[in-house]
Amino acid sequence: MLTIGVLGLQGAYKKHSRLLNRLGVNSINVRYPNELDRCQALIIPGGESTTIMKLMDFIHIRDKIVKFSESRPIFGTCAGMILMAKKANDPKLETLSLIDMEVIRNAYGRQVDSFTHSIDVMVNGNKETISGVFIRAPRVLKVGKNVKVLASLNGDPVFVREGIHLATTFHPELSSSTVVHQMLINLIKGPVYQSGA
Amino acid sequence: MKKGSFEVKVGLAEMLKGGVIMDVTTSEQAKIAEDGGAVAVMALERIPADIREEGGIARMSDPKMIKEIQKMVSIPVMAKCRIGHFAEAQILEALGVDFIDESEVLTPADEKNHINKHSFKVPFVCGCRDLGEALRRIGEGAALIRTKGEAGSGNIVEAVRHMRLVQSGIKELTTLDDEVLMAKSKELGAPYTLVKQVAKLGKLPVPNFAAGGVATPADASLMMQLGAESVFVGSGIFKSEDPSERAKAIVAAVTYYDDPEKIGEVSYGLKEAMKGLDMSEIPVEQRLQDRGW
Repeated sequence: MLTIGVLGLQGAYKKHSRLLNRLGVNSINVRYPNELDRCQALIIPGGESTTIMKLMDFIHIRDKIVKFSESRPIFGTCAGMILMAKKANDPKLETLSLIDMEVIRNAYGRQVDSFTHSIDVMVNGNKETISGVFIRAPRVLKVGKNVKVLASLNGDPVFVREGIHLATTFHPELSSSTVVHQMLINLIKGPVYQSGA
Repeated sequence: MKKGSFEVKVGLAEMLKGGVIMDVTTSEQAKIAEDGGAVAVMALERIPADIREEGGIARMSDPKMIKEIQKMVSIPVMAKCRIGHFAEAQILEALGVDFIDESEVLTPADEKNHINKHSFKVPFVCGCRDLGEALRRIGEGAALIRTKGEAGSGNIVEAVRHMRLVQSGIKELTTLDDEVLMAKSKELGAPYTLVKQVAKLGKLPVPNFAAGGVATPADASLMMQLGAESVFVGSGIFKSEDPSERAKAIVAAVTYYDDPEKIGEVSYGLKEAMKGLDMSEIPVEQRLQDRGW
């Protein structure tokens, strides 16, 4: 059976597990490096990126995640996306550099500026509208030429893919839509480089 | 674009799960907390242990100090207002704090009414001693619940009592017939719709954190094992001998709460914890947990 790990160091990791279970996928909480060996994909959840980064280094899982990314998909939401970026506008953050993009933390303001907005995602050539929950969300400043923008909001990319890796600035795990998680599953099962958007 | 909905309020609470929220009184302390791995800081003028010692009226912090802390750290900044003091809450919201704690640690402004938290865009956290109190606060719009414990005591006993009462209250609801829920709602003094919701879900509709007396990594582990989803540490860090190391140790203890070897490792050689108070040393009329209802 397919097993997807959710990095369970801090943040909204249980919400991802619940969604994966709804899709009939086994999910494990990854808190130790050797737990990655059982996973066909990994989700880095939302939370506080500085906290998650410190805990990654505390348990020495950073190098293992980078190695994992060479052959298996990783999907990051919000803080997870920041950690996957090549560059973040915060000297405190040493990111994993899994997707060629530059992000700005808390780019929309403080919590009172957190918002929900509908997001159109192209899935197999069809447009699907999902509810995007943006919590102290990052903004993608620029993306590299191999990065595909799968959804945007007011001109800013909010959902991107590079190779087998996905990232969203919003929280699909807080809405009822399973579209984004299903795309992650397809990246494991199906052809690695789909036509996508 | 919809801002300030209950969904985005609870959304931030979800992001704080599995983390430690630390009380800080200066921007230097906020930096130590952030470097230690805190998911958020609570900006306040005096930590509960000092409020207890010095007495006087405890109020909302000086906006200048809150601004300085906001400038210093990139993690969410919370601040406290007095129970029922909606004008303090309005100011905190205007300052852009990320969460407001309507807190029993400050001197209550209204002995009968808590703030109508639905009318704010900023999310609120409130303390509780049992399920009824938790549901009353959620009914008023709280997006996050924490145990009251006994702030500034360095003694975990009250937080344990409150967490156990909340959890056993939830368990009991899930065993009851639908016909009984209205009577139960009356007994709990809690909104019927929320009582029905908890009976069905088997958990609170918002995250449930621990607070009030956490002083050691083992305390944090205990609360997490009792069902807390994150931990607030008030006086426990900056009243200890080595705040920086203690902060890091408690952060690791929350993530690895069920791994005694890891907690032993981070507790090893940690300098003195805060001294703390036995409950018998705190006169009943000075117990902070009895503020609010």
